[in-house]
Amino acid sequence: MVREVSESCIDSLLTEMVACYCNRFYANKPELAARRIEAIGYQVGHQLSERYTMDRPRFTDHLEAIKFICKDFWSELFKKQIDNLKTNHRGTFVLQDNKFRWLARMSIDPSTENVSPVEDITSPTAESKAAQAMSMHLYFPCGIIRGALSNLGIPCAVSADISNLPACSFVVRIKA
Amino acid sequence: MPPVAPRSGDAIFANVERVNAELFTLTYGAIVRQLLTDLEEAEEVNKQLDQMGYNIGIRLIDEFLAKSNVSRCNDFRETTDVIAKVGFKMFLGVTASVTNWDADGTCCSIVLEDNPLVDFVELPDNCQGLYYCNILSGVIRGALDMVSMKTEVTWLRDVLRGDDVFELQVKLLKHVPEEYPYKDDE
Repeated sequence: MVREVSESCIDSLLTEMVACYCNRFYANKPELAARRIEAIGYQVGHQLSERYTMDRPRFTDHLEAIKFICKDFWSELFKKQIDNLKTNHRGTFVLQDNKFRWLARMSIDPSTENVSPVEDITSPTAESKAAQAMSMHLYFPCGIIRGALSNLGIPCAVSADISNLPACSFVVRIKA
Repeated sequence: MPPVAPRSGDAIFANVERVNAELFTLTYGAIVRQLLTDLEEAEEVNKQLDQMGYNIGIRLIDEFLAKSNVSRCNDFRETTDVIAKVGFKMFLGVTASVTNWDADGTCCSIVLEDNPLVDFVELPDNCQGLYYCNILSGVIRGALDMVSMKTEVTWLRDVLRGDDVFELQVKLLKHVPEEYPYKDDE
């Protein structure tokens, strides 16, 4: 049987990790905090995809690897699959989770839309504060996906789009 | 209505939402690793982990009280017993035991044989000063702080340092009397 811990353990750990980097270490440098949080996610994704692909044959193309992330990998992490996968067939994939677990317990200001972790993290306005906190939490899963794919030999950039909450879309851009 | 009976750790753990422990373990490991890179000194990392644990503990106690139906503990002995049997079980899915009581019942050890935080973990030689699981001691200290018990929690034994079990010494420093805002009774 797979070993489990209470969901509160991972929830509190992630909340505290984000608070630690955003409030204590880099309170005035959100871009540095973001980079560290992404790096932690990358490490986790890298190790997990190593474990979950141990008994599998090598993926023959990018789509197959992305499908593995959407199905098996996501199921191990969230007990559900990615709900929708889109691609432009030129190296960009959009993975949508209709009810992303790690955002489910956050209170969100509905007026803040279209926050992607790569933009909008340095603007200091008050209304962007909530959005900034939320985007900080998204660096971790973005890092996980990037780490997992990079372990499969696919270098990429990953960002998140939460304009359709509680859905969350992860945009994977594979580097040519 | 009769008081609700306290629930066992097993019963609560069976009913809470659970996640794959590997995700938790590897995430914790990645955080410790990143902290070591950023802070360099093991001593500083210990301090941060303790602080993170403390912050988690002061929030986790609410969930603990809400889900366990545990009523007021009569003494420190009962408190540590509840932490070991119910607290560890409902969050980490493992049970701990309590031993090594001092004569006046204010200091004891919580012993953990199985600890999901350290699956896959080995400490390299340059991390000897690190208390890898320091977040746990912080959680206990934070949670007890919220129920009016000031404690000092220290590691006596650590599997990652070559011991056979994990042993946390919990020392009760002060029992802060609760002050009620009993205004409306007048």
